[in-house]
Amino acid sequence: MAKITYIEHDGTQHVIDVKTGLTVMEGAVKNNIPGIDADCGGACACATCHVYVDEAWTSKTGTPSAMEESMLDFAENVEPNSRLSCQIKITDELDGLVVRLPESQH
Amino acid sequence: MSDMSAHVVILGAGHAGGTAAALLRQYGHQGPITLIGDEPIAPYQRPPLSKAWLKGEADADSLALKPLEFYAENGIDFRPGVTATSIARSAKTVALSTGETLSYDILIIATGARAISLPIEGADLAGVLFLRTAADAEKLKTALGPGKRLAVVGGGYIGLEAAASARALGADAVVIEREARLLARVACETLSTFFKDYHEKHGVEFILGASVTGFTGEDGKITGVSLSDGRVVACDAALVGVGARPNDEIAAEAGLECTRGIVVDLEARTSDPSIFAIGDVAHRPMPIYDRMFRMESVPNALEQAKQAACAITGRPAPAGEVPWQWSDQYDIKLQIAGYPFDVDKILVRGDPASAKFAVFHLKGDRIQAVEAINSPPEFMMGRQLIGNRKSVSPEKLADPSVSMKEVAV
Repeated sequence: MAKITYIEHDGTQHVIDVKTGLTVMEGAVKNNIPGIDADCGGACACATCHVYVDEAWTSKTGTPSAMEESMLDFAENVEPNSRLSCQIKITDELDGLVVRLPESQH
Repeated sequence: MSDMSAHVVILGAGHAGGTAAALLRQYGHQGPITLIGDEPIAPYQRPPLSKAWLKGEADADSLALKPLEFYAENGIDFRPGVTATSIARSAKTVALSTGETLSYDILIIATGARAISLPIEGADLAGVLFLRTAADAEKLKTALGPGKRLAVVGGGYIGLEAAASARALGADAVVIEREARLLARVACETLSTFFKDYHEKHGVEFILGASVTGFTGEDGKITGVSLSDGRVVACDAALVGVGARPNDEIAAEAGLECTRGIVVDLEARTSDPSIFAIGDVAHRPMPIYDRMFRMESVPNALEQAKQAACAITGRPAPAGEVPWQWSDQYDIKLQIAGYPFDVDKILVRGDPASAKFAVFHLKGDRIQAVEAINSPPEFMMGRQLIGNRKSVSPEKLADPSVSMKEVAV
């Protein structure tokens, strides 16, 4: 388990215990957190699970793959700390992770 | 007008029905929600059934849309293993297979589609399979493995994904298609040729332009697929993937307007204002193409779940979307945006031999659809350009050295 904090665009915080092995996207979707659509269910095909990783955590969440990077390159409101949350697997190391959600996924 | 205390009954617990239930709660709906599903398990994702799940890379938990507790915790009365048998619109009730009669204020029909079966000899033999539900996938999985041979009847996406998964599991696969090319109904010729070559490189056999006349069997179990030219293709199992039909009978019998699916408006509302229809079963307007049609895809199910949930809770309708879908086969990621309606020009960007290219379907200087193979920029930008109806330069579009960000004029 890792404690993940999801912060909606309007500031609403959701602190959730997510099983290791799941992705940051799955943690949000399975707990019905608004703001992550995840249309493709984690196939890295849609870019609707975009999150901003808190600066303190970017070194631990790793770097995006070429596929993820090129999807992000064409998503809206992308920042240097943008990631597709379906590509971040939860490990014990990520206990305490904070991600912020964009205003919209389209 | 919304009524946050209305009893919403959802018929069908697939991707569309399950998502509608969750979104209603997310949007603050207070009234009771009843979710009726004919399968024994809670709503789950179907796309991995022919891919990750079949290959053993995903389990039941990861397929589930929400954990089972979610439904009770959120006041959603989930009723697995139950079907609705009729709708009485004037009384606003639904008759269930359990013998109960359920009252509704608002009804959402999300009954999906079913695989078309072939009315031919041997169709009832064990080992003649379909792929629609988790139970179907379970049967298919046991039929695959080293030394086994899978015959796929129908060269569409489901069949091709299953063939790829069969090869990954060490089984032989032969695809039998009625048309002269694969994906004939859904993709352009460039893509058909590309997928045939790619699958052949991975050891899949193809028999094209062949008509299946029956299945041969022994002791009630399939042994082969008979073709009209007299050939029998030996196999241990056959997967029939020749399309799906909407489960709209219950709506038609209740007098709702249906035409190859239940006719709905932009809010996913049927001809009865208290009844919505969403997902594979709905025949819906698609303003960017100025027509109505029925789609079988997860993004469509999600979009319509959103439309219905917004209408019921009094939220503004979601902005119009560009329909899209995807397929994974081997290391190929296919992403499709739009539909190739009224196309007068097809343009290929990149080289199919490199397994990284995109096919653009143009009407004049506007993109109607794009099929992108391992090409996320072409998919992502193509989808945006379909949505905003911007004109593009065909010359720039055809030149992969020009960034997708610079093809609009």
